[in-house]
Amino acid sequence: MKKYLTLENGDVFVGTACGDLGGEINGELVFTTSMTGYQETLTDPSYQNQIITFTYPLIGNYGISLGTNQSNKVEAAAVVVKEMTEQAFHYQSVISLDAYLKQSKIPAISGIDTRQLTKIIRQYGTMKASLTNFPVDKKKSASDHQASIIKMASLSASSDKKIDHVVLVDFGVKANIVKSLQRKEIDVTVVTPESTYEDIAKLHPTGILLSNGPGDPTAYSDFLPVIKKLQEAFPIFGICLGHQLLALANGAKTYKMTFGHRGINHPVKNLENGDIFITSQNHGYAVDADSIKETPLKVTALEVNDKTVEGLRYPGRPIFSVQYHPEAAPGPHDAAKLFDHFIDLMHATEEVH
Amino acid sequence: MPKRTDINKIVIIGSGPIVIGQAAEFDYAGSQACLSLREEGYEVILVNSNPATIMTDDEIADKVYLEPLTVPSLKKILIKEHPDAILPTLGGQTGLNLAVELSKDGILDKLNIELLGTSLKTINQAEDREQFKDLMEELHQPIPASKTVYDLETGIKFAHQIAYPVIIRPAYTLGGTGGGIAHNDAEMTTILNRGLTMSPSTECLVEKSIAGYKEIEFEVMRDHHGSSIIVTGMENFDPVGVHTGDSIVFAPTQTLTDKEYQRLRDASLTIVNALKIEGGCNVQLAQDPFSENYYVIEVNPRVSRSSALASKATGYPIAKIAAKIAVGLNLDEIINPITQTTFAMFEPALDYVVAKIPRFAFDKFTNADRKLGTQMKATGEVMAIGSTIEESLLKAVQSLELDKQAQVDLIPEYTKGMSLGDLLEKIKTPTDYRLFELFAAIGKGATIQQINRATQIDMYFLSKLEAIIKMQQKLSDGLLCADLVLDARKLGFNNTMIEAIRSTTDHELEKLSNMEDQHLVYKMVDTCAAEFESTTPYYYSTIGHENESKPLGNSIVVIGAGPIRIGQGVEFDYATVHCVKAIQTAGYNAIIINNNPETVSTDFSISDKLYFEPLDIDSVMNVINLEKPIGVIVEFGGQTAINLTEALTEHGVSILGTSLHGIEQTENRHEFENLLIDQDIDHPKGDTATTIAEAQEIAHRLGFPVLVRPSFVLGGKGMAVVHDEDELNEYLVPALKASHGEPLLIDQYIHGIECEVDILSDGQQVFVPGIMEHLEGSGIHSGDSIAMYPPQHLSADTKDQIVAIATKIGEQVHAVGMMNIQFIAANDTVYVIEVNPRASRTVPFMSKITKRHLAQLATQLILGKSLEDLGLIPGLNPEPAKVYVKAPVFSFAKLPGAPTALSPEMKSTGEDIGSGDTLQAAMHNALFDSYHIDTNDLNGVVLISEFDANDDHVASKLKSAGFEVQAYQPDMDWPEKIAFVLSSEDETDDEKQLVANALSHQVPVFTAQDTVLGIFQPQLIK
Repeated sequence: MKKYLTLENGDVFVGTACGDLGGEINGELVFTTSMTGYQETLTDPSYQNQIITFTYPLIGNYGISLGTNQSNKVEAAAVVVKEMTEQAFHYQSVISLDAYLKQSKIPAISGIDTRQLTKIIRQYGTMKASLTNFPVDKKKSASDHQASIIKMASLSASSDKKIDHVVLVDFGVKANIVKSLQRKEIDVTVVTPESTYEDIAKLHPTGILLSNGPGDPTAYSDFLPVIKKLQEAFPIFGICLGHQLLALANGAKTYKMTFGHRGINHPVKNLENGDIFITSQNHGYAVDADSIKETPLKVTALEVNDKTVEGLRYPGRPIFSVQYHPEAAPGPHDAAKLFDHFIDLMHATEEVH
Repeated sequence: MPKRTDINKIVIIGSGPIVIGQAAEFDYAGSQACLSLREEGYEVILVNSNPATIMTDDEIADKVYLEPLTVPSLKKILIKEHPDAILPTLGGQTGLNLAVELSKDGILDKLNIELLGTSLKTINQAEDREQFKDLMEELHQPIPASKTVYDLETGIKFAHQIAYPVIIRPAYTLGGTGGGIAHNDAEMTTILNRGLTMSPSTECLVEKSIAGYKEIEFEVMRDHHGSSIIVTGMENFDPVGVHTGDSIVFAPTQTLTDKEYQRLRDASLTIVNALKIEGGCNVQLAQDPFSENYYVIEVNPRVSRSSALASKATGYPIAKIAAKIAVGLNLDEIINPITQTTFAMFEPALDYVVAKIPRFAFDKFTNADRKLGTQMKATGEVMAIGSTIEESLLKAVQSLELDKQAQVDLIPEYTKGMSLGDLLEKIKTPTDYRLFELFAAIGKGATIQQINRATQIDMYFLSKLEAIIKMQQKLSDGLLCADLVLDARKLGFNNTMIEAIRSTTDHELEKLSNMEDQHLVYKMVDTCAAEFESTTPYYYSTIGHENESKPLGNSIVVIGAGPIRIGQGVEFDYATVHCVKAIQTAGYNAIIINNNPETVSTDFSISDKLYFEPLDIDSVMNVINLEKPIGVIVEFGGQTAINLTEALTEHGVSILGTSLHGIEQTENRHEFENLLIDQDIDHPKGDTATTIAEAQEIAHRLGFPVLVRPSFVLGGKGMAVVHDEDELNEYLVPALKASHGEPLLIDQYIHGIECEVDILSDGQQVFVPGIMEHLEGSGIHSGDSIAMYPPQHLSADTKDQIVAIATKIGEQVHAVGMMNIQFIAANDTVYVIEVNPRASRTVPFMSKITKRHLAQLATQLILGKSLEDLGLIPGLNPEPAKVYVKAPVFSFAKLPGAPTALSPEMKSTGEDIGSGDTLQAAMHNALFDSYHIDTNDLNGVVLISEFDANDDHVASKLKSAGFEVQAYQPDMDWPEKIAFVLSSEDETDDEKQLVANALSHQVPVFTAQDTVLGIFQPQLIK
């Protein structure tokens, strides 16, 4: 069965339907260069409403396994691949990727010249696209789809013994961020972005984590005053969208990148000690480096290749953020130590208090 | 850190002659590193005894020493040059071992020479089993239970303790030489004894076998600051148990989840950081297919064969970057040469699949033990790039040049009569043909579960093999429609493969393909999956929409030589690269098509465009149809390229250089004989036979001994000298079967001095760079002979005759470019025995000596220049005062069971060069890295086979040269001190045992009387 991928610029790719065969969807078309970790990627809330193109041609090789999802469902809107592996033989696989997508009602398309598609995205930037069962009229294609702000319930994991208590503001958190904290024996309470400063302070956190999430950071303007208040009282760690919000709250600007960073091979240099990590990333917006000069923040890390802002710090305060994903899943664990750094900052703050 | 300014002069140690386990990949690494260091302004001194390399060209290093790779020889060079540093990590295990020895010697401290790239401590920690084990324990990295043993008894005791099967790994040997897997005490005794003798430190590791695990390799780069990256992960198709050099390998990894991948990545980085590697490093790991368990297998703290593969698979030039790191640059200070816009500090993202298949020499050594294990046996490898596992695998299969039938049908003839049960039993043993046997088993209805049980190969890979066989069945049974052809092409089926299954034509297939919107297109290898803009001229074919390769125009296509095998080695890559240089100098765009990942020619920076493609007519024509070049040059890619000439001419492609007609005049038996008769040139009388009766009649007519061989031969494949009717009959039965109706050649055998020339010609006149005289007489393949230049025993008249004949032949066939002619000089008569209408194995050797780039000159002639334009005076080039010797290098120790006696069938894998003011000095220098003998320091008895002992001539000559000669008896005690061993026959068990014993005791072995009689003359030894 044929499937049509129609791009905002009018380009049409014809391929074979897979996943939810009949499903039709509109979304933002992006690409990721990760060669492993499709399951983590597809279940990452940051990919909500996005049509993900995998540049690696073979996707689904090892099936779907338990305990790998980054949220409780497939978050991506649709999937574009060159080849969808039909059968998975990995011992941990419980279902094939194709069957999982069917079950999750997520449409997909295979047999696409994904390299050509990637080059189009690289050139024109991230754009709207639609996945349909029949050719669509170009003018009607890719109807505007506004990303909505996501609200999620808390997943509190409290216990008596633990000392540290992080309140995680959930803009679309990946499971492995929560797990990375829990592995360090930290109590985590997840709250929605509708929370007020008072709501959060009532929980007596030792630190605040501003999570990753999908879409344009300026859509969260309501929460910026909350961050401004929080940073007067608590250690803060921002990841991805959380990093962008920390910047915005302090008066910096963000901008939409041409085609973003999506992959698990991005080198990031720590400007303070010269260390370079290979990091996992997926973001379409970035913090404007020039705008930081007007804020109390300091740039601590840059992407080696395009020199975009990858890390921020509030000098004199236990506050920092990174654009990349130290929790990995998928991707390298090079930056996992940042969670320890966060804990150190929380402990240092406690001692002061 | 910016590059270091406290060092200026750097010595790079090469890897020496090509042997199994250490091949062309180190020429690629070494030449890249030299250029990379010179680019940064350092003075580079190179030492290598292998003349057949690009790295020993004068423009690669500031100074090149073609000297033996021994401690005394290197010490002399170090004292003379007084360098600031040595970079030992680019010359394979040879370079690393020499660095260790030089360091132990104290010369490095004395002259204050620094080891770059890796410290002595690191080398020891990675290479010494006990130190490695300690380090892994310290890092909490799991390794299989193991123990270093120095004697058999301890080994067996430990094996009982950890239970069989166990792996035996000798310390400090090339390519794991001497190792193996033992399942019981008997096997243990054989393998451990062999391993202990082969290890220079009489040291073996006995280790719990984890055969059946997934074998994974990571290529890691780390800089002085400690930043590190993985260039790529690679996954072996064959599970642990088969040496990675002998395994089919895919990049990137295919069956690992992100969790598994990251766990192994973490382990690799932890180890590389602990070792403080500065440069490239290879980490081999094993992943349990049924749990989270993994083991670290091995770490190579240097550039390796796998790093050459990883470089070509990703486009990330590991050796080049490693050299820059060695002089202090950090990864984020080095520009990624592929994108030119990003830095070396990133991990390549692939948007294709790479398959590597090893190439073995079992087509020549049919009697050798074909079983694959922990000891590497492959002589070379092919790589292919595609979008699916199936496509890359089938492209690699088409590149093998192994067995046309099996490559096209995938199911070899010999399996057709086998039962499924027999096949399932057969595939339990890994061999060079197992891939084809797996196809055969699937074709006979085996399930992938059955095959997985027999082989432990991951079902993911097996399901891909199944998809290929299912497609074969669809092509044979179903309606041949556009959709089906497109699906077949996506799996890598080319026209030849489809036409072998289904009667159709290229034209028909093209029509069907044109009905689809996806076609064969070329995509770029760019390290970043198109995320960044790149302009790399490195392409592969696949099925897709967009073709990224824009025709260059004003271009010439050069056909490469494919995988390295015995008879067609790195020499042909050398010639290919020089041909490209000359094309570029002449103002054209040079395009290379080749499929060998180990070589310099497949470095994308060498040519204006590189197509990494099989060298079959379908793939080559696809490129030509797109590029529409001015013409194609086939003279430098060995027999691989020459064999394409006819098909290319049929397709209307213009062949530059000697025409198809000229080629056929020398390669077609009858045309060649007519030419010789016509020109009144002496040649051994001969005839062709297609039946036993004909052959017998001819042999009797010519008189024994006669030389017999198939009509189209590569490196003397299938050639033999037979002395009587019994021997003749013994040869004929298998030879006629293998010749598939092609006639066999039977020639009079003439005993005399064999010599050869490479000629340069513009089609009118002929220039002879030099005559090479062979030490061994006729009957021994020229590639296995010791060659001397200038000739030492030829009269002026004989030389004149040789030049006159060479000139006549060159003129008659209108040779344009290069040609190789072989002669026998006997009783004042010069006979022509063979003409190769192409650049030969001796081109680099003669180029290095004459200081003329012969392949470049030949290319200029091909492009229309005359000898006069190039300042070459027709006739013989004046001979130098110095003497040069080229000596062959054999890899017998790696191929148990292979025939060893020198014969018309070539057996050597590489060569070295020795030079001196006298023949004695040149011979002395040439024998170190070839026969591993010091002719100035000969101690002990000469042990010779019974056959040779019975030859009074040999025994008396050796005695008169002052040796104590002892005949080998199977039950004798192995003498304490042996100068060398001679066994010129390999028929009887005693002879085989003598050679095997000598090889495992690392005693110099000679396998031809002529060699020994030629070398050990009183005037040539001290």
